[in-house]
Amino acid sequence: MTLGRFLLRRLGSGLLTILGVSVLVFAFLHVVPGDPIDHLAGDNATPGQRQALEKCLGLDKSIPMQFVSFLGHIADGTLGSQCAGGAGDKRTVAGRIAEVFPYTLALALAGMLVAIVLALPLGVIAAVRRGTWIDTLATTVSLSAIAMPQMMFAPLLLFLFFLSLGWFPGPGETGLSALVLPALAVGTHLMAMLARMTRSAMVEVLSEDYVRTARAKGLPEGRVLFVHALRNALLPVITIVGLQFGSMLSGAIVIENVFSRPGLGNTLLQGITERNYPVVQGCVLVIAVIYVVVNILVDLAYGLADPRIRRS
Amino acid sequence: MKTKQKLSPSAWVGAVMVATFIVIGIIGPWIAPYDLAAKTLDLDHKFAAPSAAHWLGTDSNGRDALSQLLFGARRSLVLAGIVVAITSVIGMLLGTIAGWFRGWVEEVVMRFVDMLLAFPGLLMNIAIVATVANPGIGVVILALSANGWVGYARVARGQVLALREREFVTAAVALGASNARVIRRHLLPNLLGPALIQMSFGLGGVILVEAALAFLGLGPQVDFTWGSMLDQARVFLWKGDWVRVYALVPGLAITWVVLGANLLGDGLRDRFDPRNRGRS
Repeated sequence: MTLGRFLLRRLGSGLLTILGVSVLVFAFLHVVPGDPIDHLAGDNATPGQRQALEKCLGLDKSIPMQFVSFLGHIADGTLGSQCAGGAGDKRTVAGRIAEVFPYTLALALAGMLVAIVLALPLGVIAAVRRGTWIDTLATTVSLSAIAMPQMMFAPLLLFLFFLSLGWFPGPGETGLSALVLPALAVGTHLMAMLARMTRSAMVEVLSEDYVRTARAKGLPEGRVLFVHALRNALLPVITIVGLQFGSMLSGAIVIENVFSRPGLGNTLLQGITERNYPVVQGCVLVIAVIYVVVNILVDLAYGLADPRIRRS
Repeated sequence: MKTKQKLSPSAWVGAVMVATFIVIGIIGPWIAPYDLAAKTLDLDHKFAAPSAAHWLGTDSNGRDALSQLLFGARRSLVLAGIVVAITSVIGMLLGTIAGWFRGWVEEVVMRFVDMLLAFPGLLMNIAIVATVANPGIGVVILALSANGWVGYARVARGQVLALREREFVTAAVALGASNARVIRRHLLPNLLGPALIQMSFGLGGVILVEAALAFLGLGPQVDFTWGSMLDQARVFLWKGDWVRVYALVPGLAITWVVLGANLLGDGLRDRFDPRNRGRS
């Protein structure tokens, strides 16, 4: 399959996924009872205000027409108007998301960085010292980190490094140093997974002939490990990193909540409490699109990194 | 699978951890020192540190933390049990059907699987729960089941694709066995091992996601789940000294179950799947 056809195929199925997800979210939000007007308008709203809000949200139209205008708002890139500050509120959902998106992106990328930087040495050491107490310790740490809920780990980080030690800023801050704790919290799970993958990939690679050759010709051990072995062990690890970008976004929902950080996750949760359909739909859609795009990029990167896959 | 192979020690540790959870989930509310169903408030003893009367302290309403943990275990067990049962049956059936009949059935099922996989799971659950103002336990079960079956379906299809080429299956077909009979007598029994592995991982996953939902205020509006305890627990880290114990209790309980389930799942996989033997 040529690269072009491959890309086209993936884009096609990606679009299908996004469309499917939007239909699903739209259907769920509209089929289930619960009046969003009540919540947005408040208890003291006059019938006129309620009607205006209904019009703003497009709820006065029939459900099929609402779906059409929902698709229309996707096409024109506004994702609809959020109507949060009453009917006169002309700010778009896309605007609200664009405001907070950089925070979530920074969090996700920082989380991945933390995960990779910690996981590779941990995995390599565990593989090299296979069967020793170091290996056992690394495995135990990884397994516990996978099992520990972020909802416990994140507040603990806050308690330790903000409240007790005061090394890092607390909730509600958004500077660079305020990114450290959330990134640690969001990246730990991935770190543990990567460390385990790196370990098993390294164990396998270390028994390959070319590693023995490299050692036999007298290369320093560091060079054997990091140039000959790790490079080949990295392929499955890279795939996981890419595929787990979505889990960073899921994690961001919890982490942004704990650290009171602005972001996609917090905006989604606000949309839910406000019962603001356009905001919820918009957030879900944006996350879905990111997820699909990243998956396609990972497939492409994988093909570029491994010639065997490119040819098939 | 024919050779008798023992489970690894870590799998046994996992099995014991999961078993403890199941036993406590069953007897928890009976051995709890305080009856939480009575919903009594004891504001004189709110935010109490661990003591002889309250081994793990009390919460903001003066209710016993240990009792909450034990009642919560029952909730988690019931919820996880139902979700694992629903998702495994649906997933295994769809996967088997897809792998056995191939053609458009397979295409449809696997497209659906791909679609659900191409989407962060927790977000899907949140999107479903968010549609209901006060989600009951039924909505949470629905939300967790909506994408929970995918793993089982993939495993089942993969196994069936391999099984359909085996002699005993072709022999059964040649003897004129109906599709239903082949599936029931020849395919499903051979899927039990992989299903068990998936169920073990599924149990941990369900408990984590349920806790995340409750933590975000989207969980079932029932009393005392581990997730809602976690939500409360945040406040406790800012309290004094030993009162903080409460902040660790629900999280450690969840870690215990998930760790046990993962260890057991890993062990079962090594035992049943020869390809993974020797790796870890």
